[in-house]
Amino acid sequence: MSKIIQNFKNISYGPAPEDSKDVMSWINSLNNPNHLFINGVWVKSKSSKKIQVINPASNKKLTTLSISNNNDVNAAVGAAKKAFNSWSKTSSDMRAKYLYALARLIQKHSRFLSVLETIDNGKPIRETRDIDIPLVARHFYYHAGWAKKIDTKINKPIGVVGQIIPWNFPLLMLAWKIAPAIAAGNTVVLKPAEFTSLTALYFAELCEKARIPKGVINIITGDGSTGELLTAHPDIKKIAFTGSTEVGKKIIQSTAKHEKKLTMELGGKSPFIVFEDADLDSAVEGVVDAIWFNQGQVCCAGSRLLIQESVEKLFIKKLKARMEKLRVGNPLDKSIDIGAIVAPVQLKKIQSIVKKGEKEGSKLWQPSWACPTEGLFYPPSIFTNVSPSSFIAQVEIFGPVLSVLSFRTPSEAATIANNTPYGLAASIWSENINLALDIAPKIKAGVIWVNSTNLFDAACGFGGYKESGFGREGGIEGIRAYQDNTLPEASKINKRVNKNKIELSTIDTTPKLYIGGKQKRPDSGYSFNQLSSQKEFICDIARANRKDVRDTVEAASKSKIGTSSNFNRSQILFYLAENLSQRKETFVHLLMSIVGVNRNQAIKEFEQSCERIFYYASMADKFEGNIHNPPMRGLTLAVKEPIGIMASIMSNDQPLLSISTIISSLFANGNSSIIVPSEKTSLIATSLYQVFETSDIPAGSVNILTTKENELNETLTQHENIHGIWAFSNNAKIRSSIIHGTVFNLKRYWCPKNKTIDWSNNSEEFLNEFLYEGSQVKNIWIPYGE
Amino acid sequence: MNLDTDLVSNIRINLSAIERRTSTLTKRRSVKKDYQAAWLLKAISLIDLTTLSGDDTAGKVERLCEKAKRPISLDLHDKLGLTQGEIKVGAVCVYHHLIKEAKKNLPNNIPVAAVSTGFPAGLSSFKTRKQEITESIKNGADEIDIVINRGFVLQNNWKKLYEEVRDFKKAAKTKHIKAILGVGDLETLRNVAKASMVCMMAGADFIKTSTGKESINANLNNSLVMLRMIRHFYQMTGKKIGFKPAGGISTAKTVIEFLILVMEELGHEWINPKYLRIGASSLLIDIERQLYHFALGRYANKEKLAIG
Repeated sequence: MSKIIQNFKNISYGPAPEDSKDVMSWINSLNNPNHLFINGVWVKSKSSKKIQVINPASNKKLTTLSISNNNDVNAAVGAAKKAFNSWSKTSSDMRAKYLYALARLIQKHSRFLSVLETIDNGKPIRETRDIDIPLVARHFYYHAGWAKKIDTKINKPIGVVGQIIPWNFPLLMLAWKIAPAIAAGNTVVLKPAEFTSLTALYFAELCEKARIPKGVINIITGDGSTGELLTAHPDIKKIAFTGSTEVGKKIIQSTAKHEKKLTMELGGKSPFIVFEDADLDSAVEGVVDAIWFNQGQVCCAGSRLLIQESVEKLFIKKLKARMEKLRVGNPLDKSIDIGAIVAPVQLKKIQSIVKKGEKEGSKLWQPSWACPTEGLFYPPSIFTNVSPSSFIAQVEIFGPVLSVLSFRTPSEAATIANNTPYGLAASIWSENINLALDIAPKIKAGVIWVNSTNLFDAACGFGGYKESGFGREGGIEGIRAYQDNTLPEASKINKRVNKNKIELSTIDTTPKLYIGGKQKRPDSGYSFNQLSSQKEFICDIARANRKDVRDTVEAASKSKIGTSSNFNRSQILFYLAENLSQRKETFVHLLMSIVGVNRNQAIKEFEQSCERIFYYASMADKFEGNIHNPPMRGLTLAVKEPIGIMASIMSNDQPLLSISTIISSLFANGNSSIIVPSEKTSLIATSLYQVFETSDIPAGSVNILTTKENELNETLTQHENIHGIWAFSNNAKIRSSIIHGTVFNLKRYWCPKNKTIDWSNNSEEFLNEFLYEGSQVKNIWIPYGE
Repeated sequence: MNLDTDLVSNIRINLSAIERRTSTLTKRRSVKKDYQAAWLLKAISLIDLTTLSGDDTAGKVERLCEKAKRPISLDLHDKLGLTQGEIKVGAVCVYHHLIKEAKKNLPNNIPVAAVSTGFPAGLSSFKTRKQEITESIKNGADEIDIVINRGFVLQNNWKKLYEEVRDFKKAAKTKHIKAILGVGDLETLRNVAKASMVCMMAGADFIKTSTGKESINANLNNSLVMLRMIRHFYQMTGKKIGFKPAGGISTAKTVIEFLILVMEELGHEWINPKYLRIGASSLLIDIERQLYHFALGRYANKEKLAIG
């Protein structure tokens, strides 16, 4: 019987390999030792340490690269620094042309790049060809547009940016890093992951073809040690990192001293929520795209399936049947769904986590077919008998392993979804738009996909909440991350000290702490002195301790402000400004006696404070999100959400105006705030709570803790239920110790480096910076169609 | 099976997710070389070779039957290592008045399907439509392709739809009926899914996408929805219902996509003429061209391939 007839009788898929001749001969040419791309030329590494590059599909060596050392890093950063002078001044038109050239070159070499990526990383050719590389081109096109739009004379770049990328989407992560950075006028030193450097090196060849000015893009190979050198380099002003939460935290701590700007795209354990009214068959396909995309080695992989109890059994049955049809094997084969795991160490990690999960009592299921034995393969796997407390429901596996959990009601689904330190992404499946759009804001994650999963587009920001990191890549948010948003310095300190003696109140005043809408005596029972500018005793101030912090956070977390309407917040702020304006004499007097300014200055600060609150009252319903139109039938809603509970450590500068700015800007965004006034100006802050009480400020949404200078910094910084911390201090040590402490729950932090902030600045950029820093963007993808 | 309207009204279809599945599926699988040749031969064996034109004559049908018996040229047979008669089409599909002509020209192992029940609109009187089935069977039709009343679907009148299809099945007695949904008229995939389910409940042996006369015929999206309903019905009843995409499948590349879809969603056991037919008229020529290229390594001149 002929072979054809045999196949005809028993129809099946044969091999369908993608040709790799050209790519293999290019890889062989890498034996040339000059493979660092520094200052526009290929140079040899000064290091003798090597990386062995393997093909995960065969576990055989492809080539050897260098682990760049200090000299290499210095050379690369030096080149980038030199190039920054001219690149940051290059016209927007020229920058756009370079980015456009890169976009075009990527398209012209798309198949080569796809094959190369597949050989280096192990992911199926279908993914590199249909997803990774087209998204890379899209990213450069999109940012060519931004380059054209950005005038670097107005929106200044930051400088030299160090970029460290992971191995799961090697070229795509390169694009996410390099495109916005150079579009905004920065120069870069990029270190690809040690396992997957090859497409970055080919990209450098494309940079040569595009005639990118020398030093604008530098690419050096290496491992974690190279990354450390890069993050530590004093001339690097910003680090953009994608990788594990563990390493991210190390970078935050190690760069705290230099207060580098950071963008952190870290780990995840994203929920994939299926309601009983979903199109279940389609949701099964969604699971395939969520956890068996790129072998599950995706930071936003939907690795926790949350399924409504009423359809749990049916869904699992469908899912298992689907898994039987998945094909694992040679990633260059065009009929393969799941390729190879990137490296032996990753495969071992997956195996050991799965073993631990089984040992813990969770039930493992894998399809009946076997994986190829040669190469680094792992079958698609699901765990049932999993509860939120199970090890495998909590730890990021970064492999093709799904944990199944069930829920009964929508609110339970949201609770379980949020029951993780991470907050990168979530997928919600329901045919009921009311339900889906009700759950979306309840999930603390940066990206929400409704009836879809793992969708990406350059126009839609990507990034996490909680311990999944901060900063966004893509969209306007991604561009802002590569611009210099430093607050302007006060031009000169023009404090005309009041020479006349101020009458102090003869009746004793008893300022207390302001917690949860109530005046509270401090837990410690201690007070400290409020002195006048001329060192006279005015009154005693309550001295808050860590227990007061605990109570305040508790009260703040009960505040409903996060879900209140922006109109409601706007009204309250207007009312607050109105009520404050009626207490002019009180505050003018306080400013004169405590700060020591003259009457005119005090009046000016007071009036500016009222105006400031008015400004944020106006902005409460105008600082809104965007609607993106990614290339699909649907919308992406970029919604601005509050960060949550925000602690602010204030300085002496313009105390009434600075506190008014902080309280009203945070309130406008829907955050609850804990204000720690500077020790010396405490009475001004506490005098405000009477105004709060008459202004319908909801309980817990604004709290005031007075204390000795810096005494609560550590408690506040390390409190894991505080979501963000702002510190206005001109002491670099104080700032860096705060940054250092944020890693326990990866708080958002903002510690402006200014010597003296000019709080009276009325420019929109200045005022809106507080709104940007007090909000985070959630992108909700809503494909539609009937 | 009795009509279960709860089940029908709970059917949910998400268009965007369906589109994503079909657009990626065809990129997830690929068949090459001798596998591709085998798949194309398989496709031939599934074709309901069709002529449904107002100008059909006995001569036209005779020609069609000759092609049905010998779908690929003899020299290709040899090059592909096939023995004569090994590959034939699934059936020949004609209007009522040409059933006898077709029967006369075909061996017993190639069934004749007749379109019936007021094809293509299906709006003549119920009595006439039922009568048509009886007449066609009397003339020798082995299979009956019936059209459903699309109005019932648009009105969600599942009871009426169920009863009509059930009665048609009764009229067809032991012969297979293929229920044509007219997907183009149903507009939404949700309607396609619900109509599929009701027809299967009523006893349809096959569900078929379209008459070929509507503006939208078989495509991967509506086919995926119908296949999933077939799978659902099979899981409920253990009964395998056949699927027939029709209209618009005219190239070898397209037909392979449909086969992959069936392979992935229903499985290997559905890929035979008992459960899968492809309604087509010009598809065969394109497949033959591809096989020619495979066997001889060069592209064929269309005129060298016999028309049907």
